[in-house]
Amino acid sequence: MSLGEARQRHGRSPWNSVRLRGVALQVLLLAVIAALFYALALNTYANMASRHIVSGFGFLWRKSGFEVSFSLIPYTAEDNYVRALMVGFLNTLLVSALGIWLATALGLAIGLMRLSRNWLASRLAAGYIEAVRNVPLLLQLFIWYRLVLTPLPQASSAIILGPAALSNKGLTLPAPQFGPGVWTAWLGLGCALLLTVALSFWGQRRRERTGVKPPVVLLSLLAIIAVPVLFLAAAGWPVTFDYPVRGNFGFSGGMTLVPEFIALLLALSIYTAGFIAEAVRAGIGAVARGQGEAALALGLKPGLAMRLVVLPQALRVIIPPLTSQYLNLTKNSSLAVAIGYPDLVSTGGTILGQTGQAIEVVAIWMVVYLTLSLLTSAFMNWFNARHRLVGR
Amino acid sequence: MPDTAVRFIGVNKWFGQFHVLRDINLDVMQGERIVICGPSGSGKSTLIRCINRLEQHQEGRIIVDGLEIDDDVKAIEDVRRDVGMVFQHFNLFPHLTVLENCTLAPIWVRKLPKREADALAMKFLERVRIPEQATKYPGQLSGGQQQRVAIARALCMMPKIMLFDEPTSALDPEMVKEVLDTMVGLAGEGMTMLVVTHEMGFARQVADRVIFMDQGQIIEMNAPEEFFGNPRNERTRLFLSQILR
Amino acid sequence: MSASYVRASDAPLRPPPRGHAGPLAWLRENLFAGPGSTALTLGLGLLLGWLAYQVLDWTVLRAVWTGADRSACAVPGAGACWPFVWEKFPQWVFGFYPLGERWRPVLTFLIGAAALAPMLMPAAPAKRFNALFLLVAYPVIAFVLLGGGVFGLPPVETTNWGGLVVTLVVAVTGIVLSLPLGILLALGRQSELPVVRGASIAFIELWRGVPLVTVLFMASVMLPLFLPSGMSLDKLMRAIAGLSLFASAYMAEAVRGGLQAVSRGQREAGLALGLSRWQTTAKIVLPQALRISIPNIVGIFIGLFKDTTLVLVVGIYDLLGIINAGLQDSKWAAPQTANTGYFVAALIYFAFCFAMSRYALFTEGRLARTGRR
Repeated sequence: MSLGEARQRHGRSPWNSVRLRGVALQVLLLAVIAALFYALALNTYANMASRHIVSGFGFLWRKSGFEVSFSLIPYTAEDNYVRALMVGFLNTLLVSALGIWLATALGLAIGLMRLSRNWLASRLAAGYIEAVRNVPLLLQLFIWYRLVLTPLPQASSAIILGPAALSNKGLTLPAPQFGPGVWTAWLGLGCALLLTVALSFWGQRRRERTGVKPPVVLLSLLAIIAVPVLFLAAAGWPVTFDYPVRGNFGFSGGMTLVPEFIALLLALSIYTAGFIAEAVRAGIGAVARGQGEAALALGLKPGLAMRLVVLPQALRVIIPPLTSQYLNLTKNSSLAVAIGYPDLVSTGGTILGQTGQAIEVVAIWMVVYLTLSLLTSAFMNWFNARHRLVGR
Repeated sequence: MPDTAVRFIGVNKWFGQFHVLRDINLDVMQGERIVICGPSGSGKSTLIRCINRLEQHQEGRIIVDGLEIDDDVKAIEDVRRDVGMVFQHFNLFPHLTVLENCTLAPIWVRKLPKREADALAMKFLERVRIPEQATKYPGQLSGGQQQRVAIARALCMMPKIMLFDEPTSALDPEMVKEVLDTMVGLAGEGMTMLVVTHEMGFARQVADRVIFMDQGQIIEMNAPEEFFGNPRNERTRLFLSQILR
Repeated sequence: MSASYVRASDAPLRPPPRGHAGPLAWLRENLFAGPGSTALTLGLGLLLGWLAYQVLDWTVLRAVWTGADRSACAVPGAGACWPFVWEKFPQWVFGFYPLGERWRPVLTFLIGAAALAPMLMPAAPAKRFNALFLLVAYPVIAFVLLGGGVFGLPPVETTNWGGLVVTLVVAVTGIVLSLPLGILLALGRQSELPVVRGASIAFIELWRGVPLVTVLFMASVMLPLFLPSGMSLDKLMRAIAGLSLFASAYMAEAVRGGLQAVSRGQREAGLALGLSRWQTTAKIVLPQALRISIPNIVGIFIGLFKDTTLVLVVGIYDLLGIINAGLQDSKWAAPQTANTGYFVAALIYFAFCFAMSRYALFTEGRLARTGRR
């Protein structure tokens, strides 16, 4: 019996069409998802009604009534919930940005140390990586919080360092107050940045012409510091400082870096540095051995061989895990809630407790963090597409 | 002896406990072409990698162009600048274009202005007959083309000595000839060459001397006609019978 | 010139000269390779010595070993407060589980260990049966044993569970629930059907994009709103549900990595042999993909184990939560009490996580050796 004959005997069912089966499966899946959402919505509606919670985001414009210990923008208990969330969001960004910077520097150092030919350095770096990666971040945060807080005296007997004061309420510094002429500083900074771009072009051209490279980085740094200061001085120095004043319960005025901030920053950057170090090690390890040898055989010094040949190739491997570590650090900054640093989750949690608007607050959290992570993955896709090695 | 390019005097080397180079004595004259063959693991690659100190020897002396190689960093840099090397797996830099591969060392080591370096690189790319590939990336080229770029890259440093470490072993058979032709051309111009290869046709055609290595020693060394026509050592004969079939 | 050269006799095979092999050469190459290296070695050596001394001094030399309350530890200059640990340790392990019933968590743990051990050993037989037992039967047994209320076991409310028991329960349940869900999601993400693929991607990216703390908050305050009135889940179950959903997204990515590592030819060979598409996936692709994913799955388990500490944010006393709560005990209020508690917590977590990460490395090495069969 041929295949064709057998096929005829069994008949031809429309259910055997791969296409139809696919469509049916998808319709079924959509129906299940819709039913699930419908059921959830019904339940939620009933539950909220029985708890007398009004849904919607209208509550955001009500007075918050709570203080926060640390804010980058002016904020009091009289402000509304939107502003409180804004304070939290900025605090999340601040600790994440500084944390990313610190973690990168530390992670790079530890990663290179791990690759060192010195056995002790390499083993110590490995020990650091293991220790940091195998202890929960929250525990590390508690430990850092304790280590930061323990040696600090009460506010009443704060350590005075010139205009600054250090106590268990944090590090209090004079806050710069900017007068009307402050735009000159921004203008100066803009000019300095333009100058830096021009300098780097000039340096490149000069190196190509003569083979000698002028000290562009040093000159640029100098410009970035000096030009805004000169502009400010020309504008009559419109900067004053608000000095902290000692009161009965600590200090008023000035600006205070709270210990929670310092502990969170330390914990996040030291923890993430362990993962970054691993990424750096793996990235450099992924570059074929022959690449370094070929560079050396051409007469490049080991440092140049690393910089011109090995690192550019390693970066391709390092950047994707590095960005996801940055994202992790940002998400992990939400542990702030455990020690009371007012980040987005912590302020949101307070609002949630006060108003009971669980769905709205959680939705705000989700939108903010999802936006951050989608931006990050968009960057990663762009980077991968750009730096894919060209092959046949 | 001013006309000695490379001199090995009683060189010994170990990998851990393993004795890879055993009492190597060898003089290579300026402009001489040496082909080194031998079974795998016989130490031939290690021998030429000692010349530009990609491997360190532990006993004896190696003198390259009048300069002794020891742990003096400057001496090693000077030697590497004047000794070009071509690897079995090309080791082109995949993140740089063909042209940038060639100009990297002239710009950063010889401190040539970029324009001069470009012109120099194009000159050598024409010599290996692939100037039209200059703006492509190594990954876009065939194996034979990649190896020719690797030769051009080494030549851009104007080396006095060229080392070839099995330059055709990783190539598809149809590409071997284009690379060998390039090497024959180079030999015709009087370059001092040390070539580790099993291409016996190449050896017959250009070699001044053929060296057979086994178990870390130089077993036999002779002019090609003598070497192939009348091998003196039993091991050489066995090896040649296997390789020539 | 045609110098000919023939070796009359073999050069002697010699051991390397002194100073080029053996411990001395090793020291010179790895610790004292030059002035820079030597300085680094000395500096780091001093740092290491100082650190080691500090730890020894605090944990042993200046430590307090016996005592009944804070008065023993609140001595100036005292190091670690060990009597605090002696007294609290049972609570750290069992939480507020009734004293007379503590054999139940121990038994649960022993059954789990006995079933898990042969799973971890590559040579042990009956993997399939064993996995089925661990993934299906064991969770039921564990919950019956721990929760009680049937077979004459007195019920123990989950609010009384705590310490290491909760940490293990949350982490193990999390992994058991997230593994099948993660496999489904990974297959869904690879699907050719746009709706299936889209739904899987949306689900995975949603959970991977948000911090666990917000997921736990969500599970604790939003989940009750989602459930039909009259039905309720207790606090621990809600946290486990949140954590499992969260972990399943990461699991899906680990399994996807494995699926991508299985070569195309494997699927094609399966189809060419006449297996259906589902059979090919289930019998050929998935088993290989899971094997390749094992190191990453263990990695996720380590992450989950560490992340269980976050449940203290929603008021559940896991190991870290209960240690942290115990620090408030005024009976033991002394300068070094908290440090001692955190030190022990760090040791316990490190021991678990380090062992697991070594196991992941071992399986990875084994995969590499067997050529990813």
